[in-house]
Amino acid sequence: MSSILRLENVIKKYDKHIAVNDVSFEIPKGCIFGLLGPNGAGKTSLIRIITSITRADQGTVYLDGEKLNSKHPYQIGYMPEERGLYKKMKTGEHLMYLAQLRGLSKKKALSEINYWFEKFDIESWWGKRVEELSKGMQQKIQFISTVIHRPKLLILDEPFSGLDPLNTNLIKDEIAELKSNGTSIVFSTHRMEQVEEICEKIVLINQGKNVLEGSVKDVKNQFKENLFQIEYEGTLPADISDKFQLLKFDENKIVVKLEAEKKSNELLMYLLQEGVYVHAFNEILPSLNEVFIRQVGG
Amino acid sequence: MNKLWLIIKREYLTRVKKRSFIIATVLTPLAFALFFIVVGFIFAYDSDESLRVAFVDPGQILDPKKGLKSEKDNSLHFLRRTESLDILKQQVMEGKYDGILVLPTIKDLYKKEDVIYYYSDKQVSLNANLAITNRVSKVIRDYKVRTLNLDQKELDALKSDLVFDPVPISSDKVDESSNASIVAVGIGGFMGVIMYMTVFIYGMMVMRSVMEEKTSRIVEVMISTVKPFQLMMGKIIGVGAVGLTQVLIWAIILPITLIIIQLIFGFDPQALQNASPSGAMAPDVDDMQYILADVSNELASQNWLLIIPLFIFYFLGGYFLYASMFAAVGSAMGDDLGEGQALTIPITIPVVLAFYIMFAAVQAPHSKLAVWSSMFPLFSPIVMPARLAFDPPMWQIILSASILAATSIFFVWLSARIYRVGILMYGKKVSFRELGKWIFYRD
Repeated sequence: MSSILRLENVIKKYDKHIAVNDVSFEIPKGCIFGLLGPNGAGKTSLIRIITSITRADQGTVYLDGEKLNSKHPYQIGYMPEERGLYKKMKTGEHLMYLAQLRGLSKKKALSEINYWFEKFDIESWWGKRVEELSKGMQQKIQFISTVIHRPKLLILDEPFSGLDPLNTNLIKDEIAELKSNGTSIVFSTHRMEQVEEICEKIVLINQGKNVLEGSVKDVKNQFKENLFQIEYEGTLPADISDKFQLLKFDENKIVVKLEAEKKSNELLMYLLQEGVYVHAFNEILPSLNEVFIRQVGG
Repeated sequence: MNKLWLIIKREYLTRVKKRSFIIATVLTPLAFALFFIVVGFIFAYDSDESLRVAFVDPGQILDPKKGLKSEKDNSLHFLRRTESLDILKQQVMEGKYDGILVLPTIKDLYKKEDVIYYYSDKQVSLNANLAITNRVSKVIRDYKVRTLNLDQKELDALKSDLVFDPVPISSDKVDESSNASIVAVGIGGFMGVIMYMTVFIYGMMVMRSVMEEKTSRIVEVMISTVKPFQLMMGKIIGVGAVGLTQVLIWAIILPITLIIIQLIFGFDPQALQNASPSGAMAPDVDDMQYILADVSNELASQNWLLIIPLFIFYFLGGYFLYASMFAAVGSAMGDDLGEGQALTIPITIPVVLAFYIMFAAVQAPHSKLAVWSSMFPLFSPIVMPARLAFDPPMWQIILSASILAATSIFFVWLSARIYRVGILMYGKKVSFRELGKWIFYRD
């Protein structure tokens, strides 16, 4: 699969501070990609480079195989973490303005706005000033304004912050639909449970460097500690703690850490041979949250 | 270019369509007109004050054939009485008169000072005071002329009315009338004030708008689509167009309202002049008309084909220079207005200084101060337009305009460098050193 975005050795310095230090990664087309990192890691600096707000001091960024150029802002939709709209403008005019700035004709912009207004069932908002809308309503408008020009690449910085569960689901569904229509999505956040739920691939940035990259599954596997959880009935063999390292012991539930050379089948076979009824046997993979904390904090 | 146009359009339309703009634009000339009406009424009211003054003439100084009343003034009624002062005082108390005037007795014809007594419990207005003193002083003069047997014609011959008329030596200069310099001061001052106001009002408007964009965080969305330079220029041009619109509307509405008021109230501004105390200080109506005709001649003979384009040039130059600086400062300010206020001081100081220099420049338009200030680009947009009516040498105009043009372009560039960094910078306390550093940041 070809990539929608490729960064090669990107460096960005402010004064003496190095915000982005030799970062390279690639985002495949049609993928939901998590750009992760603690506060101040350089995520926003990276996004600003990708969106042509600033330029990299060194390194190259390719969008859809082409070096970043002045046409590209039209193909990117960016929703910053700190949302903002012109408060005094009427909702419809505001969307029209942003759509036209992104190269849509008036007619096309109008049909797109109507499409979204119908979809979200908010036709009556056209003539309302932005400041008259509630915060959640404004977020919807913000989202529409981000995708109105049907970008190839969508960059969402903490898209769910400040949203109620209803709107969160609404936006999640939209993201899924956009993805199924071929839009590639960069999703920047530090809410790891959302990343696990939504993203296929991630890159973890810390202190301006990428410290971790890959599919969510691979990353979890990379950090797994060979922990297995077994639910059972019957009595455990007495010598189990001699053969295996028992981490947790609850009634009918144990967690075992296998040494690197041992296979999970050995454990399972041992239990079966000793006459233990095994109900469930599964590996405990680290959550992204744990990976994150281990990588960033440790 | 298309994006810049969209930005200009938005900046312009959102402001012009605002209710507050429409109200301010329409109401300001009306408020002006109202001011004229009120002032007119105040003057009219004042001259309504009428006094009935009884006067006694114990020294027989008044020509028996003449009264004290003059035909010009109907607010003062002088009534000759022969009753004793006590009886008259009684009558004043009864409200028959407002006061009693005692004309002096002239014993020594060569004595210059004298006292006239006026009896009343009421406070005498300044107007009445001046009017009475004037009348009596004339009476005394006539008395002295009569008694000394002086010839009235000879006396009249002593008075000379002089007109100061500057005449140029070179033949290529136009002979200006005596009112030329007054007209030039008027034009210069007017232009200077307009420049000062527009730079301030609309420059500040640009700054506030940049700040709003930054604090409402829309700016990040905007500059992911347009270049910061386009955004800044769009704003500066859009707000400038709003300013021009407002000034143009005023230029149309103000004369119309004044004409309408004149038609409705029959009040004309000249009445203001004539209503000045006792009418004695104001020039004759004939004189006024002569001066007005002269002034309008002078106005017509000004080289407007040079002045108007230059005025527009200096307006644009000054506006871009200052508005871009205001934009840069606005971009550096955070949510904390108070903290950022310090940054505007270095911008406002030159504007205010230029304003004062402008007043000095219209009085001495060819002084060293005026010439050098009209070269210095931070002052020239205000000082040079004020000098234009005084025919400054062409080399000065060209030099000053070139310096201004170059500086404006340079400042717009410089401000754009600061702006592009400032709008994305949050939570940093900004000093001038910091602003200086931003200029050299890479994109």
